[in-house]
Amino acid sequence: MRFIFKTDYAQDIRIAKHGGHWFWYGLLLALLVAAPAFAGEYLLTQLQFIAIYSIVGFGLMLLVGFTGQVSLGHAAFLAVGAYTEGLLQAKGVPFLISLPAAALFAGATGIIVGLPALRLKGIYLAIATLAFNVIVEEIIARWEDLTGGNAGLLVKPAVLLGQAVESPAAFYYLCLALAVMVCLGMINLLRSPTGRAFVAIRDSEISASCMGVNLAKYKTLSFGLSAAITGIAGALYAHKIAFLSPEQFGLFQSIEMLTIVILGGVGFLHGAVLGAAFIIFLPQGIAIAKDWLPPGVATSGVQAVVFGLVLVGFIIFEPLGLYGRWLKIRTYLELFPFYRRGMFRRQKAYAKSERLR
Amino acid sequence: MTSNDAVRERSREEQATGSTAFFEVENLGIRFGGVRAVDGVSFALRPGEVFTIIGPNGAGKTTIFNLIGLIYPASSGRIWFDGRDLTGLAPHRIAELGIARTFQNIELFEHATVLQNLLIGRHRHRRSALWQELLFTPGVRRAELAQREAVEKVIDFLDLAHYRDSLVGGLPYGVRKVIELARALATEPRLLLLDEPSSGLNPEETDDMAFWIEDIKNDLGVTVLMVEHDMSLVARVSDRVLALNEGRPIAQGTPAEVQSHPAVIEAYLGSED
Amino acid sequence: MVQFVQMLLAGTAQGCVYALVALGFVLIYKATETVNFAQGDLMMLGAFFALSGGTLIGLPYWAVILFAALVMAIVGMLIERVVIRPVLGHPAFTVVMITIGVGYVLRGVVTMVPGWGTETYALSTPFGQKVLRVGGAVIAVQELAVIGMTAALCLVLYLFFRYSKLGVAMQASSQNQLAAYYMGIPVRRVNMLIWGLSAAVAAFAGILLAPVTFVHSNMGFIGLKAFPAAVVGGFGSVPGAIVGGLIIGVVEALAGRYLPEGFKDVAAYVVVLIVLFVRPSGIFGETTMKKV
Ligand SMILES: Nc1ncnc2c1ncn2[C@@H]1O[C@H](COP(=O)(O)OP(=O)(O)OP(=O)(O)O)[C@@H](O)[C@H]1O
Ligand SMILES: [Mg+2]
Repeated sequence: MRFIFKTDYAQDIRIAKHGGHWFWYGLLLALLVAAPAFAGEYLLTQLQFIAIYSIVGFGLMLLVGFTGQVSLGHAAFLAVGAYTEGLLQAKGVPFLISLPAAALFAGATGIIVGLPALRLKGIYLAIATLAFNVIVEEIIARWEDLTGGNAGLLVKPAVLLGQAVESPAAFYYLCLALAVMVCLGMINLLRSPTGRAFVAIRDSEISASCMGVNLAKYKTLSFGLSAAITGIAGALYAHKIAFLSPEQFGLFQSIEMLTIVILGGVGFLHGAVLGAAFIIFLPQGIAIAKDWLPPGVATSGVQAVVFGLVLVGFIIFEPLGLYGRWLKIRTYLELFPFYRRGMFRRQKAYAKSERLR
Repeated sequence: MTSNDAVRERSREEQATGSTAFFEVENLGIRFGGVRAVDGVSFALRPGEVFTIIGPNGAGKTTIFNLIGLIYPASSGRIWFDGRDLTGLAPHRIAELGIARTFQNIELFEHATVLQNLLIGRHRHRRSALWQELLFTPGVRRAELAQREAVEKVIDFLDLAHYRDSLVGGLPYGVRKVIELARALATEPRLLLLDEPSSGLNPEETDDMAFWIEDIKNDLGVTVLMVEHDMSLVARVSDRVLALNEGRPIAQGTPAEVQSHPAVIEAYLGSED
Repeated sequence: MVQFVQMLLAGTAQGCVYALVALGFVLIYKATETVNFAQGDLMMLGAFFALSGGTLIGLPYWAVILFAALVMAIVGMLIERVVIRPVLGHPAFTVVMITIGVGYVLRGVVTMVPGWGTETYALSTPFGQKVLRVGGAVIAVQELAVIGMTAALCLVLYLFFRYSKLGVAMQASSQNQLAAYYMGIPVRRVNMLIWGLSAAVAAFAGILLAPVTFVHSNMGFIGLKAFPAAVVGGFGSVPGAIVGGLIIGVVEALAGRYLPEGFKDVAAYVVVLIVLFVRPSGIFGETTMKKV
């Protein structure tokens, strides 16, 4: 096991705790930057999606994983970001302005939802956000003059510094850059007082408030930030899909977004990325699995069953998600042969029984 | 009733003799449904003293803390801190004013390390704006270092260096109790509320706790308001004691006076059967 | 006026279905503190069993109801035993995600069963398209039957919880599991039975809903409207679920009649937001606060 001697306080707040971090994350970043050179078009598309869904994962992780609040309506924020981007884009607004606008608008929506949600807990909060999601979807479908309604809205490629971001490689770099920026922002936030206040609220509201954390302010802030990050993802999503329609932003999108967080590992930033990658590659896995099944079975059915089984299986057997599994493997390797079963037994995932609140 | 009046009489006397009302509770009361959990409780703290509330189970001691922490709205009465009326403030303002507390049944941030727990205690000393934190500007970095320095002092003070980077969730009860005290101290309070600091501790740990409370009073100069059952600990550290029964004050004075007060003896014997 | 009464009746009938699904939520929530997002899919599965009970085995309508309820009770108990029990004590939210996963699996499995698949089926009922003419009003017998049968089921459940030993044990264990456990009530087994009971209620709801929406693998999405019903009533309150369901059903019918197109679909959600805004734990819900 790596033992780090702490010699000064600065060590705690460094991003990379030791040389190994620099090496591995540097290597990962180098690979990602070099990807367009060796990855085929198909893989590049997958990587774009992973970057976009990682941003979604970061946004939700902030709210669910670090602040302990539930949202079954995040697809609505994705929609607000996507439509803001699509509409501004159509008006000829440059990306450097429309992207922050999408984030801001989604964030403002998040605050508007977060404020009344302050008084709600657990299931009530979940249903309220679900209701919000359904209503937003309906508004998009009905406000045809603005959104094109169910006929949909076409989105052209982004225009960045006068250049249309058209080639897959260029768009990939855009997604990657934004994902890295959001990730760094999250890391920074989490090692600052605000991030700690979020975690405090997650673990014990009553204690947090006794330590001087203004629950109303920080919960609303978390909702707003989370929605804004999701809005950024929405803007990228709009360009990636190039065609927006209301049913893309329904409850099932929200559930899929939550799945990223759950499968990746609630409460870990790494989890957002791992979960995103998993969700993107899952359909491929299903396509392969389908070859083994008798013909005539509906693909959608197989997809639903596999998706459901994965979700159930993960929660029962690996509540800490993919990242939790990785931590265990790493500890096993580092401690070999001294690893004990049950070393991770004590750690349960976050959030607590509602009845105790 | 007569003892009740006596208590009121005494506290009025103290006011008259010009004791500074550093912290004062006046005629505090709350009902839960039909139960008067706290009823007509008044007392005033002198700066730098250890003041203990005792009473049988269910007497309303924790409820008084929750009223002071503004977790429940009081049905009657007022709370003053530094000449300021606390009624109607939001709960988080209490910490900002310099009152910190511990809980009877430990309320730590279970999924965070000891260090992180204490750093949350520093919340009221933060200065940075959100955008600065998102960029982690040099200012934020400096502030973070300063917070850590402050927390490290508390860690040394309470001998927690060994557990510094452990997750709280897995630590033994006695240690968690100390961490809670440490987290409260990390806020640099002027008034510290301790709810049964020795409950669940073994005699050795209780002894440590007594030392720390004395140090907190003598070295840090923090005023302590404490709820405690262990009478030897109470007698050892407290300057004054208030006894409570069924929500009402029954005696107040030095530990020895209160312990031998007939109403107190009766309350404890009466509740024993 | 006549039209209004007709509409009210239709809304009430629809509300009964919401109420029954909501009732399923509430039973499970009270017992295991789990919000079962698969309740609608249990209902769908129940309707499919009813369908097969009628067409394959050739049972009469009343026997079909019993058959579907029985099979679903077993399915419900299996789900509790296999996926819910292992995660008891986990955060409520993870358990919710599990039930969402179960819902996916049920929907997917139904499409794979030969004879069920992705088709839409009609479930034959003895009421058919018959109508009653009272005054000037034309009333579908179907709607009256739904209301009547819901009322009957509620009465049966009431008597069960009130007078049967098992019912009382269920109530006790849902109020305080630990205390019930110390009283010698086998809490785990009771929880399993509650899942069975609530799945049977879901089957009943599915059979009542079948004439309206037909039987298909996505009919369970109606469960999403039963959430607002349960929340409006206050999650955890049985009478609340019934009242909430009726409110949502009637409001929806009114919105469909008097408001512009589109409002009918979101009426349930608008109502739930308004109710939550005024009462954060629903009409009959109790606010609980953590004691420290
Ligand atoms: N939130 C609440 N709702 C209803 N009743 C409450 C609540 N909090 C406390 N009570 C009641 O108020 C009374 C006093 O409780 P409290 O916790 O203050 O007692 P205590 O003196 O701290 O006892 P102990 O020594 O057991 O800690 C008890 O009867 C308790 O049941
Ligand atoms: Mg107490």
